Amino acid sequence: MTTSALAPRRLLPRRLPGASQELVLLAAILLIVAVVGWINPRFVSPNNLTTIFSGNAYVAVAAIGMALVIICGHIDVSVGALIGVLATISGILVTKGFPVWMAWLVPVLVGGAWNAGLGAVIAYLKVPSIIATLAVLSILRGGLITATGGAWISGLPPDYQLAQFRLLGLPSPVWFMVIMTAVAAFLLRNTGFGRAIYAVGGNREAAEAEGISCNRTIVGVFAIHGMIAGVAAVLFATQLQVIQSTVPNGLELLVITAAVVGGVSILGGIGTVTGAALAAILFSAIGSSLIFLNVSAYWLRAVQGVLILATVLADMARRGRAG
Amino acid sequence: MSPRSPALPAMPPRAVSLRSLLRHETLLALILLAALALLALANDRFLTTANLLNQGRLMTEVGLIAIAMTFVVITGGIDLSVGSILGLCAVLVGVFWKNLELPLPVAMTLSLGVGTLAGLVNGLIITRFRVPPLIATLATLALYRGLAEGISQAKSVRGYPAWFFELGQGSIVGIPTQLWLLLAAALVGIVVLRSTTFGRATYAIGNNEQGAAFSGLPVARTKLLIYAASGFMAGLAALVFVSRVTTTRSDMGTGIELDVITAVVLGGTSIFGGRGFVTGTLLGLCLIQVLKNGLALSGVRGDGTVVIIGAVLIVAVLISNVLKRWNGE
Repeated sequence: MTTSALAPRRLLPRRLPGASQELVLLAAILLIVAVVGWINPRFVSPNNLTTIFSGNAYVAVAAIGMALVIICGHIDVSVGALIGVLATISGILVTKGFPVWMAWLVPVLVGGAWNAGLGAVIAYLKVPSIIATLAVLSILRGGLITATGGAWISGLPPDYQLAQFRLLGLPSPVWFMVIMTAVAAFLLRNTGFGRAIYAVGGNREAAEAEGISCNRTIVGVFAIHGMIAGVAAVLFATQLQVIQSTVPNGLELLVITAAVVGGVSILGGIGTVTGAALAAILFSAIGSSLIFLNVSAYWLRAVQGVLILATVLADMARRGRAG
Repeated sequence: MSPRSPALPAMPPRAVSLRSLLRHETLLALILLAALALLALANDRFLTTANLLNQGRLMTEVGLIAIAMTFVVITGGIDLSVGSILGLCAVLVGVFWKNLELPLPVAMTLSLGVGTLAGLVNGLIITRFRVPPLIATLATLALYRGLAEGISQAKSVRGYPAWFFELGQGSIVGIPTQLWLLLAAALVGIVVLRSTTFGRATYAIGNNEQGAAFSGLPVARTKLLIYAASGFMAGLAALVFVSRVTTTRSDMGTGIELDVITAVVLGGTSIFGGRGFVTGTLLGLCLIQVLKNGLALSGVRGDGTVVIIGAVLIVAVLISNVLKRWNGE
């Protein structure tokens, strides 16, 4: 992980590893748009491109929080379930007649508080994050179905549909994605808390020796991650006319792989949020292009799986760990 | 990774003392007995031979995979793709038999082969490309489930011959057929882990992978075999599953990895590797099944039991952490 000056070979010009990963992802997105657009021109219509970016922006938003968690040396496989629960809470609030701003704000606060608790269990009680979040995944998923019976929430008021608002011609989820990525990137790069996150993920003992409170950093990261998941949940809940009160299948997989493919090392201490968001966009571009290339819907997940695997393998090879 | 000194396998302590009595397995057995007693008192339909044997039938699929998963977790790895492998193998039995018109035994064998291959691919990704097991198997979880969906095109296959249902619904000497299978697999697992060099290598890899490699242990080959075995067991579980429910569907085994990992971790296997026993896993498995059954008998629906299993998992790890500190580890 230390870039040795004596490293004999480099596949790419010397640059920050994170930055080059972001360029690769950007190139991949442009390549897919160009190739699929060449085969099927309807793919590059402004309408479709906006749909791709805004319809899956909530995945990119959630990937920002996941990137923070993984950089800090942990993982959260419960994020998909949390987004499902928070989206349902938001929908129930608004249909029960609470003001719209509460339906937007409460999921963010609940997400932050819930995950702060989860972070405390992981940090202070030393429960491995994979186990804790796997357990929470099943608690949230089972709890949600038990509570709602899997019913859909409909009759949402139009002024609640945050994800359908537009500003300067762009849908609001795109704005959320861009602004939150920028804020998180700034936070990671330029604040003491951001550097603490890298330090805790990179080398716990060393971070502790420098006077960083690892436990508090972990709880903070999980709390922020929960709040970001709350934003993702509101975007997810408000983009359609109904809310499916079930957990979106495999969402946690998408969010985690976006973070990892975006250049966040699963071993902690390395990565950027910009890469994570770009990778999420890449996945949605891939998913959408499969539809435009007339790939049968039943094969969609298999192709996605191959692509995710290929990206992970390419990433490992690029980092020279394959040797 | 901080260097931990000895690459020697941790052998189970032999002497009976207060501390060894408070070992995870003993504690688990006591909790299991307490749960059995409580449920027997609360519901007279619980402690009947028929019910207990039926519970054994229901836990076999998770149990078969959990035995292999114990090895995986002891090496410090994890295999999240087992549920998808189960789904893929189940679909393939139907496709080989119905669409390709192969004899059913051949279809079953081929399907087991594919399961093993799927596990081997996991192992290759993990050992060759150094992809962390969590990420590798998360990716193949999507891939194998996607293959199952694509191959089946959401069609289920029914109408298997009667002899096939013996595996999942029949009995031998009054005991469900698949329980014999689980028993055999458990015995093999216990013996291999305790008394063979392969088992010792498994512990050594989990304790200190680099140390194990420097001591000349075949680290990559051991891990490959273990992940392949995990795939094989998922395939075997698929056969039992299909035979038990008489149909194949591509969504079979979704989320089973949670039950499997809960059984393994509940059984005292350390998620960080290097520590764990097959007997512990079996106790964990029984405890989960008893809980599920007890809750169902007292009127909690399936989704509610998932919540409680999640809670039990966290509490188990917490207790194990407290015990570890108390034992001065």
